[in-house]
Amino acid sequence: MAKRTKPGGQGDLLQGTLDLLVLRTLVLGPAHGYSIAQAIERGSREVLQVEQGSLYPALHRLEDRGWIASFWGTSENNRKAKYYRLTPAGKRQLAAETSRWEQLVRAVGHILYPAEE
Amino acid sequence: MGWGRYLRRRWWDEERAREIEAHLALATDENLARGMTPEAARAAALRKFGNPARVREEIYFMNSLSWPENALRDLRHGARLLRLNPGFTLVAVLSLSLGIGANAAIFQLLDALRLRSLPVAKPQELAEVRIIGQTSRTGSFNGRYPQLTYAQWEQIREHQEAFSGVLAWSAQRFNLSPGGEERYAQGMFVSGDFFRVLGVTPALGRVLNADEDRRGCGLPGAVISHSFWQREFQGSPTALGSKLLLNGHPVEVIGVTPPNFFGVEVGRTYDVAVPLCAEAVFGGTDSRLDRRQGWWLAALGRLKPGWSPQRAGAHLEAISPAIFEATVPETYRPDDVSKYLGFKLTAVPGGSGFSSLRANSERPLWVLLAITGLVLLIACANLANLLLARASARERELAIRLALGASRGRLVRQLLAESLLLAALGAALGAALAQLLSRFLVASLATQGNQIFLDLDPNWRVFGFIAGLAILTCLLFGLTPALGATRTSPGAALKAGGRGLAGSGGSGLRRLLVVSQVALSLLLLVGALLFVRSFQNLATLDAGFRREGLLAASLDLRRADFPAERLLAVQRDLTERLRALPGVESAAEVAIVPMSGSAWNNNIRIDGSAGQEGSATLSNFNQVGPGYFRTMGTPLLGGRDFDERDAATSPKVAIVNETFSRRFLNGANPVGRRFRIEVGPKETDHLYEIIGLVKDTKYRSLREELTPIAFLAAAQDDEPGRFAQFVLRSPASLGALTAAVKKAVAEVNPAIGIQFQSVQTQIWETLLQERLMAMLSSFFGFLAGLLAMIGLYGVISYAVSRRTNEIGIRMALGADRRVVVRLILREAVALLSVGLAAGILLSLASTKMVSSMLFGLQPYDPVTIGLAVAILAGVGLAASYLPARRAAGVDPMEALRAE
Repeated sequence: MAKRTKPGGQGDLLQGTLDLLVLRTLVLGPAHGYSIAQAIERGSREVLQVEQGSLYPALHRLEDRGWIASFWGTSENNRKAKYYRLTPAGKRQLAAETSRWEQLVRAVGHILYPAEE
Repeated sequence: MGWGRYLRRRWWDEERAREIEAHLALATDENLARGMTPEAARAAALRKFGNPARVREEIYFMNSLSWPENALRDLRHGARLLRLNPGFTLVAVLSLSLGIGANAAIFQLLDALRLRSLPVAKPQELAEVRIIGQTSRTGSFNGRYPQLTYAQWEQIREHQEAFSGVLAWSAQRFNLSPGGEERYAQGMFVSGDFFRVLGVTPALGRVLNADEDRRGCGLPGAVISHSFWQREFQGSPTALGSKLLLNGHPVEVIGVTPPNFFGVEVGRTYDVAVPLCAEAVFGGTDSRLDRRQGWWLAALGRLKPGWSPQRAGAHLEAISPAIFEATVPETYRPDDVSKYLGFKLTAVPGGSGFSSLRANSERPLWVLLAITGLVLLIACANLANLLLARASARERELAIRLALGASRGRLVRQLLAESLLLAALGAALGAALAQLLSRFLVASLATQGNQIFLDLDPNWRVFGFIAGLAILTCLLFGLTPALGATRTSPGAALKAGGRGLAGSGGSGLRRLLVVSQVALSLLLLVGALLFVRSFQNLATLDAGFRREGLLAASLDLRRADFPAERLLAVQRDLTERLRALPGVESAAEVAIVPMSGSAWNNNIRIDGSAGQEGSATLSNFNQVGPGYFRTMGTPLLGGRDFDERDAATSPKVAIVNETFSRRFLNGANPVGRRFRIEVGPKETDHLYEIIGLVKDTKYRSLREELTPIAFLAAAQDDEPGRFAQFVLRSPASLGALTAAVKKAVAEVNPAIGIQFQSVQTQIWETLLQERLMAMLSSFFGFLAGLLAMIGLYGVISYAVSRRTNEIGIRMALGADRRVVVRLILREAVALLSVGLAAGILLSLASTKMVSSMLFGLQPYDPVTIGLAVAILAGVGLAASYLPARRAAGVDPMEALRAE
């Protein structure tokens, strides 16, 4: 089969940014998908409107790479939910991704505000 | 994603579905808490989530590995196509399995003969001890590998330092029967260390040890092979301690070797092994232990750790002068002695054992492998041709798929999947066929007196070979059509409509394939005709005697205990009795039955007319009784036959053949001339007077040049042996005749052992390899020709179907049928001539390699090549005439309407 374009996707989010946000969210402790989506929305002061469904392929990928692990648990209001937690490899990845993100922000900043040099 | 997720992707899909459902439930709960109606709450949650099915699909694809899925789908698709074309599938699988099976069978034989090591511990450490060059040795030679004398063996054993252990052995047939017709076991004389050096441990009882191999040991015990144990003792443990009768000497069975141990000779299996020292019991006064000119042993050594065969060889060479100095045969003349002292020992890798079968069959097997390889190549070309035709029929389909965005690689893979299935089916069937074929070949090479034993259990090399062939053939016949079919641009193919592209790349390739098929099959046909005509030349050759109705009877008198002085009288008595048998036309004594493999030669000097001696020349010898030439049907050309005048006490006489007279006596009448046989220092020499001249006969083999032969009188033998051999001419059936002979001999003495051999059968058996070669090469030549003709027929039919339109127009314009036939045949003739011309060149270049296997004709024999060309051209034209006639039968209106 020819290469297929991914359906859905990160929409407005920069490629890889969603991964970073998910990892960052999980630093605070295990969480299920719904609460991760809400945390990202609230944390970004409602700026980043994640299409919640697009979170799951990202979670699937992160789990496959061994950066997060999952388990079934019970939510605050007594519903079954799948929880994710950060693995040690995930913590290292978060650090690496964070510093790469900072580099990117600085680089874009240099271009946008050359006067401030 | 990895295989784990791929194999469990259904589970993962369900897991994600559960998770998404949980997510939606949580979001719905929250919306409810905000006071929405249940429907609105669910709808809002879904809105916020997006499309769950799409998310699941995305994850499902993330979990997919595309190639195994596609490969499986391609294979299924291929299998469906093959099922839809059962005729094509059958032809393809059959021709492939025949090709692969034949190749694998020959390879299996080569593997068993050439590539396998002896079934002993660490065979790579074994090295064979032999004399460099081995030329110009004189003396008597016994066994199949007469490399060393017993005296040399003793010296090597005592003085070598290269091996942690050395062994010597010699093959020997033992007669198991107490009297009457003989029954043989394959025996070995082995040195005491034989089994220890090889690392063979007994399956039952014990093996011989070094202490048992001492001069004067008598017959301390025999070790038997597993198969002999099963055959003679039904595998019973009571075999240990029971007695075997070997040439009339009882010996105790002390042990049985493991099932996989067949000795050190590849191609045979041993039955009984006794120590070397026991040879004295069988040889008696003639024992080879003390005969320094008796060559009968072969030796192997196990290299010390860190020693290579080269180093061992250098060591053996260094100790050679001392060894040969200490073992000079007493009977040697001075010139022989000086040659003997110059001999050098060496060591060569010996892990694959000894094998005369290997030496004799290796070349024919390689030639056969080349032949079967070419047949497989032709079969592949044929399949490629068929697949190309199919691919061009599918041109439109493939073009549409390309236009719809399928990648070329994807289509090629799909087309290859079909070929891979065919190749796999062909290989599986071929592997099974190879088992039958290789066993059939071994069985047809074996004769009553020469059983062949080869370990033919397929091993990883054989399976690897077959798998390699399958992949190679698949690529050969699958790749070109697949690449060709997907090369055309979709637009062009679609525009050309259903007729395909006239003169597109595919049909040029098909012509090339047919031309190479014709060329290769001509080569195979030439080869087949060469082998067939060689065999014919040999089979119809005038050997100088009439082979039909001749029986040879070999008698072993050793156990009859006749006093030496009576032996000649006993032999005369036996001759009389055999002659008197009903149905026997004539009978005579003979020492060496022609073509039996035995030979006897010696240097002679012609007694010069002026008293001075001529120079020494080599002649073959035989010793015969009166009536021998009449019995054989060999005409006496001058002088007289032996008769009762030629007794032990009268002057020695001889009869010579034409070549003898021509070579040594300038072709003048030999009767009355005299010659001397050169003898060693301790033997008495005699002057022989020639009393007769006979027609030339073959001596050792049908293939040899005619040699000079001197026949001596059996009645004048100074030391008559305890073996007597007779030839009888009789029209009676073999069974009746042998029964009568057995009865007559038993009347003289029941302890006399007898062995029978039909002379014609024996000669026939010497031609076994030639006959097999002729048979197999004709079969494969026929097969190759058939395949090439199918290919030619296919290409011409295809051309006709493409030109139907053109033919219709021509006929509408007034062309008659003959013109149309000629039009089509012109193409066939062009293809055939190019193919045949290439084939002739190929034959001239490559048949030289088999020249040593031919007899009575040259590899570039013009008659053979002409015959092969005529056959192929004739059949090829016939194969193309069928489609040409069909083309001429085209109704012009039909053809034009089809446009």
